[in-house]
Amino acid sequence: MTPEDLHGTVLKQQAKHGNYQHVFNVCMESGCVSCNSAAVVEALEAEVKKRGLQKTVCIKRVGCLCSCAQGPMVALDKGDTLYKAVTAADAPAMLDALDKGGRVEHLDFSSKQPFFSRQLKVVREHAGYFDPEDLDDSIRVGAYEALRKAVTEMTPTEVITEIANSGLRGRGGAGFPTGLKWSTVAKNPSTPKYVVCNGDEGDPGAFMDRSMMEGDPHRLIEGMAIAAYATGANRGFIYVRAEYPLAVKRLTRAINQATRTGLLGSRIFDTKFAFEIELRLGAGAFVCGEETSLLSSIEGQRGLPRPRPPFPANSGLFGKPTLINNVETYANIPTIINKSAAWFSSIGTAKSKGTKIFAISGKVHNTGLIEVPMGIPLRDIIFDIGGGIPGGKKFKAVQTGGPSGGCIPESQLDIPVDYESLMSVGSIMGSGGLIVMDETSNMVDVARFFMEFCMSESCGKCVPCRVGTYHMHEILQRIYDRQGTPQDLALLQELCDMVKNTSLCGLGQTAPNPVLSTLRYFKDEYTNLIHSTPTTEVLP
Amino acid sequence: MTMSPTTKPPAESLTLTIDGKDVSCRSGQTILDVARENDIDIPTLCQLDGLTTWGGCRLCLVEIAGSSKLFASCATQCTEGMNITTQSDRLLNYRRMILEMLFSERNHICAVCVSNGHCELQSMAQKLGVTHIHLPYRYPKLTVDSSQDRFRLDHNRCILCSRCVRVCGEIEGAHTKDLKGRGIKTFVINDLDQPWADAKSCTTCGKCVHVCPVGALTERGTAVSEMAKRRAFLPYLTSMREH
Repeated sequence: MTPEDLHGTVLKQQAKHGNYQHVFNVCMESGCVSCNSAAVVEALEAEVKKRGLQKTVCIKRVGCLCSCAQGPMVALDKGDTLYKAVTAADAPAMLDALDKGGRVEHLDFSSKQPFFSRQLKVVREHAGYFDPEDLDDSIRVGAYEALRKAVTEMTPTEVITEIANSGLRGRGGAGFPTGLKWSTVAKNPSTPKYVVCNGDEGDPGAFMDRSMMEGDPHRLIEGMAIAAYATGANRGFIYVRAEYPLAVKRLTRAINQATRTGLLGSRIFDTKFAFEIELRLGAGAFVCGEETSLLSSIEGQRGLPRPRPPFPANSGLFGKPTLINNVETYANIPTIINKSAAWFSSIGTAKSKGTKIFAISGKVHNTGLIEVPMGIPLRDIIFDIGGGIPGGKKFKAVQTGGPSGGCIPESQLDIPVDYESLMSVGSIMGSGGLIVMDETSNMVDVARFFMEFCMSESCGKCVPCRVGTYHMHEILQRIYDRQGTPQDLALLQELCDMVKNTSLCGLGQTAPNPVLSTLRYFKDEYTNLIHSTPTTEVLP
Repeated sequence: MTMSPTTKPPAESLTLTIDGKDVSCRSGQTILDVARENDIDIPTLCQLDGLTTWGGCRLCLVEIAGSSKLFASCATQCTEGMNITTQSDRLLNYRRMILEMLFSERNHICAVCVSNGHCELQSMAQKLGVTHIHLPYRYPKLTVDSSQDRFRLDHNRCILCSRCVRVCGEIEGAHTKDLKGRGIKTFVINDLDQPWADAKSCTTCGKCVHVCPVGALTERGTAVSEMAKRRAFLPYLTSMREH
């Protein structure tokens, strides 16, 4: 594809779209598909055909519309009218409402509520309003424009400078400056180089990356291609967990489309730049989200972490310089190239720029996917966007960062959401899972749950993680069963310190975090359970 | 390791400090190598000269001035001016805890073990002064594979150091041994988790037995304390890899 072809496709698609008076955007992501949004699409299409409206009304299969718990979701036109929990039987009523200019009362879902109005969509700017399985429709909303600009108008060094100036930091959780990582790989003289995308999203309650891969696969491919151009790589791998079949299907399709039209392959946009992408599926190991394990897994080895240094930027996949970033990090790239680093860095806080996607779930009114600017207070996310705690219950804690994160209590809710602030209260940004808990949750149980997760996901390579998580889980279980002793608590703390400092990889080093943070803010729950230990029966 | 002399980057010599002692080394050497050259003892279990670095036992962790993190000395290359501490109360504490974890993980009953008196785990515990295990023992029910004519695999004694897996794949080139499962459910297996006797790829060379630091891999026909490992061939492991 040449730059002219790309422009031509945009014009053609926009002209085609101009003919439609109305567009029904029906969510076809895993969440809504599981409540049968496919039937809604079919019913709408049949009804449009019956009424002979094919030329004026378009039915579109789109990516996530945010309110995952209210699915299937349907958005009309630009989303001013939103329908929730739509069934196939509602199709005639929705079309009737078009003529009258009104809405279907029983399906209406206000698009004016804070859940939508307080979001800032940068990465997900078009998500939900184009068909991710249709390359032309993706191009209509701007896909591959940034890649065209990068390879035809910018040098690799300029691209890296732009990314570095934007202040973008890794969205996988640790927050390493993306520009710095890219320049390290670019400066390594060894070839070939590889670009790897980490799509092994395994935290309980997190589904941001899945949504990105299902709802906008071309943006991910574009981001990776720009990264490859900037760092001098010609091959890329997307590592996706096999538990995401729809994401795998859409990515496969998108890679095929891009390869067929010359957006991947050799001579991209008529330049010397060549890049191809392969998909690799995970086999269900959480530890493969850790970068060195992920690389071992791509190589066909057992998914075990390696000691770092050497870092993948110097010795990664097959011992070659490798750039490895998270899905959301790559998805940020096209926007930065299109809209400039200055624009991007105007969003967010001093050290954390841009937006972050969170998957908000648990005991909160509005569950789903949200994209918010960095620096927004946690309280606003939970009580404004999330709509507070249902059932008149009291808020207790919010868990961020999955099994590597921590629980944040009410008293710390006014902190801004950025990498440093979350770290200062004993949690981490993580990949973006937010699990809200109300007063009915027992924090020892929460810690026990996450420890069980880490124990069963430990790869078994290093002793502290393999045996330490087992012992910590046993102690937590004992305390939760009211069989714990004060000695158990002391031993638990000792184990937390030891496992955190001596484990080989991130999984073990962060496994104690849920325990440490609950001990920090909810120690009385531990002591209450210990002191209510039933004493042995006293004989009369 | 297999690079020809012409492609090797020019070796640079560095100076650094280990436990207050100024030492020199070549670039590319690990902290463990340099410490051993200078008679500074850093405890290890999974590391073995001639095999690839594993970094799993975590006994060789050291402190480097300027970083709050601990570094596995077997896997960390020296850099100019590094100031390394190999012995401190904190490190000793962690090392003892690692040994306690290993003892609590499976069934290490020295009194009835064929390797009693010739066991690296046992001697390491003595050296580091582990007198009590304050973690509860798991006492898992594990199997013993005695199907093979000459050797025996006793999972009760295994510490998952993976020396056998590495020597089998890297030196003997058979790759009979590997690991299955993960976490606390990790086990050493032969071929596709078959009884050892049925593992067709095994050449019965016995290297795995003699690199095993504990009584997990032993020769059959040995009674308590009789299983002294023959390690005379070990220095050759390094030179074997050079070719």
